[in-house]
Amino acid sequence: MGKLNSGVPEGELKNKWVNYKDNIDLVNPANKRNIDVIVVGTGLAGGSASATLAELGYNVKTFCYQDSPRRAHSIAAQGGINAAKNYQGDGDSTYRLFYDTIKGGDYRSREANVYRLAEVSTNIIDQCVAQGVPFARDYGGLLDNRSFGGVLVSRTFYAKGQTGQQLLLGAYSAMNRQIARGKIKMYNRHEMLDVVVVDGKARGIIARNLTTGEIERHSAHAVVLASGGYGNVYFLSTNAMGSNVTAAWKAHKKGAYFANPCYTQIHPTCIPRSGEYQSKLTLMSESLRNDGRIWVPKKKEDVEALRNGTLKAINIKEEDRDYYLERRYPAFGNLVPRDVASRAAKERCDAGFGVNQTGEAVFLDFSSAIMRYGKEQALLKGLDENDASLVKKLGQDIVKAKYGNLFQMYEKIVDENPYETPMMIYPAVHYTMGGIWVDYNLMTSVPGLYAIGEANFSDHGANRLGASALMQGLADGYFVLPYTIGDYLSDDIRTGPISTDTKEFDEAEQQVKEQLNNLVNNKGKHSVDYYHKKLGKIMWDECGMARTEEGLKKAIQDIKSLRDDFWKNVNVPGGINEMNKELEKAGRVADFLELGELFAKDALERNESCGGHFREEYATPEGEAKRNDKDYTYVAAWEYKGEPADAVLHKEELNFENIEVKERSYK
Amino acid sequence: MSKSSFYTSVGYKILMALSGLFLMVFLVQHLTINMLSVISPDTFNEASHFMGTNPLVQFLLQPVLMFAVIFHFVMGFVLELKNRNARSVDYAFKNPSTSSSWMSRNMIISGLTVLAFLVLHFVDFWIPEINTKYVLGDMTGLMADGNYRYFHELRHEFQSLPRVIAYVVAFIFLALHLQHGFKSSFQSVGLTNGNKRLALLKFGNLFAIVVPLGFVVVALFHFLTQSH
Amino acid sequence: MNLKLKIWRQKDANDKGSMVDYDIQNVSEHMSFLEMLDVLNEELIEKGDDPVAFDHDCREGICGMCSLYINGEAHGPDRMVTTCQLHMRKFKDGDTIYIEPFRANAFPVVKDLVVDRSSFDRIQHAGGYISVNTSGNTQDANAIPIPKDDADLAFDAATCIGCGACVASCKNSSAMLFVSAKVSQFALLPQGQVEAKDRVTNMVNKMDEEGFGNCTNTGACEVQCPKGISLDNISRMNREFLSANLKKS
Repeated sequence: MGKLNSGVPEGELKNKWVNYKDNIDLVNPANKRNIDVIVVGTGLAGGSASATLAELGYNVKTFCYQDSPRRAHSIAAQGGINAAKNYQGDGDSTYRLFYDTIKGGDYRSREANVYRLAEVSTNIIDQCVAQGVPFARDYGGLLDNRSFGGVLVSRTFYAKGQTGQQLLLGAYSAMNRQIARGKIKMYNRHEMLDVVVVDGKARGIIARNLTTGEIERHSAHAVVLASGGYGNVYFLSTNAMGSNVTAAWKAHKKGAYFANPCYTQIHPTCIPRSGEYQSKLTLMSESLRNDGRIWVPKKKEDVEALRNGTLKAINIKEEDRDYYLERRYPAFGNLVPRDVASRAAKERCDAGFGVNQTGEAVFLDFSSAIMRYGKEQALLKGLDENDASLVKKLGQDIVKAKYGNLFQMYEKIVDENPYETPMMIYPAVHYTMGGIWVDYNLMTSVPGLYAIGEANFSDHGANRLGASALMQGLADGYFVLPYTIGDYLSDDIRTGPISTDTKEFDEAEQQVKEQLNNLVNNKGKHSVDYYHKKLGKIMWDECGMARTEEGLKKAIQDIKSLRDDFWKNVNVPGGINEMNKELEKAGRVADFLELGELFAKDALERNESCGGHFREEYATPEGEAKRNDKDYTYVAAWEYKGEPADAVLHKEELNFENIEVKERSYK
Repeated sequence: MSKSSFYTSVGYKILMALSGLFLMVFLVQHLTINMLSVISPDTFNEASHFMGTNPLVQFLLQPVLMFAVIFHFVMGFVLELKNRNARSVDYAFKNPSTSSSWMSRNMIISGLTVLAFLVLHFVDFWIPEINTKYVLGDMTGLMADGNYRYFHELRHEFQSLPRVIAYVVAFIFLALHLQHGFKSSFQSVGLTNGNKRLALLKFGNLFAIVVPLGFVVVALFHFLTQSH
Repeated sequence: MNLKLKIWRQKDANDKGSMVDYDIQNVSEHMSFLEMLDVLNEELIEKGDDPVAFDHDCREGICGMCSLYINGEAHGPDRMVTTCQLHMRKFKDGDTIYIEPFRANAFPVVKDLVVDRSSFDRIQHAGGYISVNTSGNTQDANAIPIPKDDADLAFDAATCIGCGACVASCKNSSAMLFVSAKVSQFALLPQGQVEAKDRVTNMVNKMDEEGFGNCTNTGACEVQCPKGISLDNISRMNREFLSANLKKS
């Protein structure tokens, strides 16, 4: 086990980033024109980084597997983006955002990175408004804010339930400006299949043109991975169907350490699954918990009646309902952080109180909110507040104005009217806090290889707070990476163009082609999805919301044998030199089958419960997560050594000098 | 408008709309005079004589009208062809009525029908008119008996049943054309928004019925009030 | 339920392509349309046939990648949904369903139901942005108040997902709704005013160059748009275009 150097600059927390920026090496504008940078992924991080790097003068080549950069999955983020603007005057500050993020991450993130994130958060909002992002405004024409889980201020900026879309389109428009100038060369429908390392530095990638199947070599002076998270290792998640770990995993195999793979966020408010054919899970914004109350019946017989359809939720009496979040966490109630809310739902369902056929659903009920808003409206409008049907109508209008698009989405999927009957929700895999290890510069353990956004591990510790992913992606891409990468590239001003005609490129391309050939020539019995679903089940059962030593050991064995079976029996129809969607999936699932094992190994190694990682052995008597700060206040960064089982652990100790490490309580 | 942007789809669309709006104004004017023939033959004759002999109308408005008609039709054809070419492989199964009206999709059919009628109309009224005035040089507008000829000629045209049927059919198609054309021209020049658009839509539907109906009423009135 | 599917199959961009019949059994009404196609593909793979290629990604109606023309309608018979949000409960046992790619010369077919919509990207390159540096050193976000109504309208226009349903459902393959949504978003905001004239002219020119047809105001795009983008945007763009060019000359 080695020690890792995070490269955090000396000095007072508040001044680190400012001093650091003042002292790093810069590349002069004329020299930037001679330097190429590859960016993989066009979500908030990749899109904003591409645009900014191009604007600075670098030659940027950007890759995405979708047919347009605008479709990256950041687009699906709903709720909002945090920033310490304190426009509401409710006592917010850079320090408070920093504090909430560290606490929300269960004291498993790097102080300096998180402080920097909080520091640049305000610039993001200024930048986005200047770009024409239509954030929600109040009647005075100023920006509006809402509140999210795990915090006590209103610092979340939003654009209805489509904040991610609006921010991504902002980054996409900034990219378009640079594409028009010829500073970004955009490669749509291209998938990165390997990193090329020359003399210990990342110097290019191998990519497959997904339209023609052609294998291409691309060189650059630095490579930036912005390829998102790996939630799809669970098969069912709220990620897009194409979201994958391949870019990150190939980088890992080329020497980039993979950090904290077991930190996964399971989002509490998703639509429950309905059948075997299900391909993905749909999330509904956390903002629903501002007004919705979560409950299950108190009595088992009511649960039975609900399941066999003889009882309707609305007919269960108030005193027979168990509002378990309000019961267990009176201070934060329904607005506890995501990990806490998810585990609480699982606890009730495991105890047999799940309210649908599969036993995996709880109610999210707006009837109280509808009546509360309705009464308020009746008073405001001078109407009869005792007229129940009028009050209900008025209340429904308010709820519709606030959450209309989410309610409509629910109705389209489930075919039930959520204004009349409580919604059913269940947790689903949503975000991965773990990812490629990076230092303060966002550089991985491979020089010249950077990782930003969800692809890296850095800012959210063991649990991410709502509306912070958008903040991190844009902070990395617009305001952090463009500075820090200059420090590295300043050594490359005399390097000249990187040739793709070298043995390193030959070898990498050869390996990629071999794997593709193996997949299409295998002609086995089972489809790619067959394996992906099996892997997903193992991950969900053993590495999901609650993990045990025994289960994790079993998972490691099961994943390994599933992987062996995959390489023997997978069936990938079609050829290599054509558009082949099954082949794309096969490559991604092959990497998930390796990552899954490392994931379980990491979870097994971490003998504590923190944030999204909950080990049943390490819990308080009330069932709350129990951290072990003495032994586990570190980042677990894994080095690839041939098989996931052989991965070597490197520890980066985490020091908290500006915040008191406490039990994370929301009671 | 600068030359380069004139040759864009939006530029064409605006010109289509402007020529269409002009033609609609002309229709209203035409209908007003036609209506006079029902109310008072004398007023009709006087108005017709004025329109037929006033130099401003004859040498300025008439050429503008001719140009608008020709432009509207030629441009309509060109755009229709261009639009058809924008999708060279068509769908195997189409269900367009779920999202748009027949009228809006078939302006070319209603337009062609109206064009065919215009040809007939030219042969019936306009060519003899030009012949009388500019070839024979008779600018008096009088018949041998000393009365104005306009009302008499009008009555004469509406004697024949087939002609009246053709006339009525053409105006039904004009109604269909206007049903879409009216609101479409306002949309094309950007004069519609939200509630204004809905109000215009209602008014447009009314316009599309009232104006053609007016012409039909005139035709039927004259057909029914004379012996055959 | 059991269904008969008629699906457009085309090996690659150069292949002629044709409609091919498939039968599918035991479709659950709770499936999404794409999950139904997943099941069909699993069966095809089992039989050793080539699965049907179609674009899809987020499967929650926001990425704009899915694109099918189902029974003569873009994104199928339901309203305000993308194909991935269309559920099989909209169909009946025994139905025949035609599944075709979005068709327009500006959207050439790549394979089966997959089309190339990069023409949309190129229109955006022509002016779909505000020229502001990404340095973050702009003025404070609250420096310019924007009336809520304008901000809301700009947002409504900005919710376009760029799926191309407007083009697919337009009898003229016109991209006016798409282009006007972007033009409107910026035209409604003070930040967008500076470049407004060039933006509308350049984007319209690019749209024509890409081979989209002309708008004849049939309104089919608005009906079929999964995000309900309003025709008001087209009107606004026409107005912007007119005023930009009248002022310019």
